[in-house]
Amino acid sequence: MGAWAIAVHGGAGVDPNLPKERQEEAKRLLTRCLDIGISALRSNLSAIDVVELVVRELETDPLFNSGRGSALTENGKVEMEASIMDGPKRRCGAVSGLTTVKNPVSLARLVMEKSPHSYLAFSGAEEFAKKQGVEMVDNEYFITEDNVGMLKLAKEANSILFDYRIPAVGTCGASAAMDSPLQMNGLPISVYAPETVGCVVVDKQGRCAAATSTGGLMNKMSGRIGDSPLIGSGTYASELCGVSCTGEGEAIIRSTLAREVSAVMEYKRLKLHEAVDYVIKNKLDEGKAGLIAVSKDGEVACGFNTTGMFRGCATEDGFMEVGVW
Amino acid sequence: MGWAIAVHGGAGDIPLSLPPEKRLPREAGLRRCLDVGIAALKAHNHPLDVVELVVRELENNPHFNAGKGSVLTTSGTVEMEACIMDGKTMKCGAVSGVSTVVNAISLARLVMDKTPHIFLAFDGAEAFAREQGLETVEMSHFITPENIERLKQAQEADRVQLDYTQPIPKEVPKEAAVADGDSQIGTVGCVAVDSEGSLATATSTGGIVNKMVGRIGDTPIIGAGTYANHLCAISATGRGEAIIRGTIARDVAAVMEFKGLSLKEAAAYVIDQVPRGNAGLIAVSSTGEVTMPFNTTGMFRACATEDGYSEIAIWDSPTK
Repeated sequence: MGAWAIAVHGGAGVDPNLPKERQEEAKRLLTRCLDIGISALRSNLSAIDVVELVVRELETDPLFNSGRGSALTENGKVEMEASIMDGPKRRCGAVSGLTTVKNPVSLARLVMEKSPHSYLAFSGAEEFAKKQGVEMVDNEYFITEDNVGMLKLAKEANSILFDYRIPAVGTCGASAAMDSPLQMNGLPISVYAPETVGCVVVDKQGRCAAATSTGGLMNKMSGRIGDSPLIGSGTYASELCGVSCTGEGEAIIRSTLAREVSAVMEYKRLKLHEAVDYVIKNKLDEGKAGLIAVSKDGEVACGFNTTGMFRGCATEDGFMEVGVW
Repeated sequence: MGWAIAVHGGAGDIPLSLPPEKRLPREAGLRRCLDVGIAALKAHNHPLDVVELVVRELENNPHFNAGKGSVLTTSGTVEMEACIMDGKTMKCGAVSGVSTVVNAISLARLVMDKTPHIFLAFDGAEAFAREQGLETVEMSHFITPENIERLKQAQEADRVQLDYTQPIPKEVPKEAAVADGDSQIGTVGCVAVDSEGSLATATSTGGIVNKMVGRIGDTPIIGAGTYANHLCAISATGRGEAIIRGTIARDVAAVMEFKGLSLKEAAAYVIDQVPRGNAGLIAVSSTGEVTMPFNTTGMFRACATEDGYSEIAIWDSPTK
């Protein structure tokens, strides 16, 4: 019998000026989620059950950008997406464009298990949710004051930086948001909301699973789909490993980041840590992202080329660590 | 080294007994699209423009499951999806849930070129199309009598399956095959490389017959149905779920890169990993090679290379 391992994340790309108490709040949430996952693993729940359980917890807490507390679209509403994957048979489920489903990751699981498809979106997904009897709420439930404020800042920042592919050289320094040269997804880091939450688990039977959930990019166009619900990009699990990514959606998609970790393990025979390092170093080009991963052998690893990533991990032998930088 | 191009009109359980009235128009369509692509490559158009052009032709052809001629959702509506990727820059664009845009592939291209995003879907995609002034029409434009019939048959088959005195299976069968082999036509695509080694891929589809409203398949998922990098460009077709979990398109390039296999070997290897009857793909490499493996009964396909080779085929032996 193998050993279990678990990792969670609350987004890559953290403002170096983030107030200490926000950092502590984040670490407390990550610790709580790890404890929930560890408890479930000790009770012999399977990896797929544990990742769903933990991501539900992250969605329900308004701190990170998923479920309640999701980033807002340009119209001030919430559109959520999530995906989940079960390593052993590489079964998968994904959802996008959810506006009233309380826990997107659970709907993704239902798509995987109760529908003939792998990915449902927008009104079709909401219809399916109704038929499945999952908990539905008003869109307002997901919207927090914090994010309403952030949306305003994002709109202001974007009106200065209309093309984020051009570096912000020589633009006016009037707004405090422009002081930090760090940018992600076209927004100054102080305004950028880390995009996503996720969890990866390997259970005692060596089964890996991964799940990712998000409200997506602040001020995104309605209908925009990011990397989180895309199997192979934001989420991936196989016989070898489970991976969940976060950061610049475009970069993660172009590099099919989650799949990449498993592919180099499979085809280059790298071990988990080497695979994660290799992929972060070589496959992101100009993009900024991070990921967490577990292997069937009970290892856990994380990697990121951003300034910080909210994360936590634990293994059966008692190792546990929660970090931001 | 030289240019190369391949097009496909879907892999599936295409019966060997396919009647001429169903076979000939598709062969003619493939031939025409191949010629359009060849002419564009000879005129030194960028592969990205070539694949978009060819897929637009395939979308406009009602005999293929994309654009006009798209299969229908369970509600009798059309929800199209498409995806395009540039191997050199790795920029990409995808759309889903498109119901009024005449050429979904061109909308995907605009998402790539004109937005900071990669993937737009449903209402958001439609709104963007209008903003960009793309040609839109009534949804009825895309619906053909053949597809209304296909939907009827599929829904009948579902009803029959439920009427059978077998217990409802505990596990919902994933995208189960419909009895009629002709319904297995899924997806169109084109891959191209120019003599400089620049690669591009484009895929477009109406999805699967009787799909749930809101269902997204493999086509717009980068790495699943569509992928290109500096080594090769791929467009896949077949059962969406198998292609998604197998990250088919990405794997061809990954196997070339990490195992050092040639394009042909890599593509064959990847198709081999997929359960029989589930997938096919077309691929070109930066050095002008082309390959079109499939593990289904057949795949509507055609290809040509600069040295004068060309092929149009459905089953294992070329029909030309």
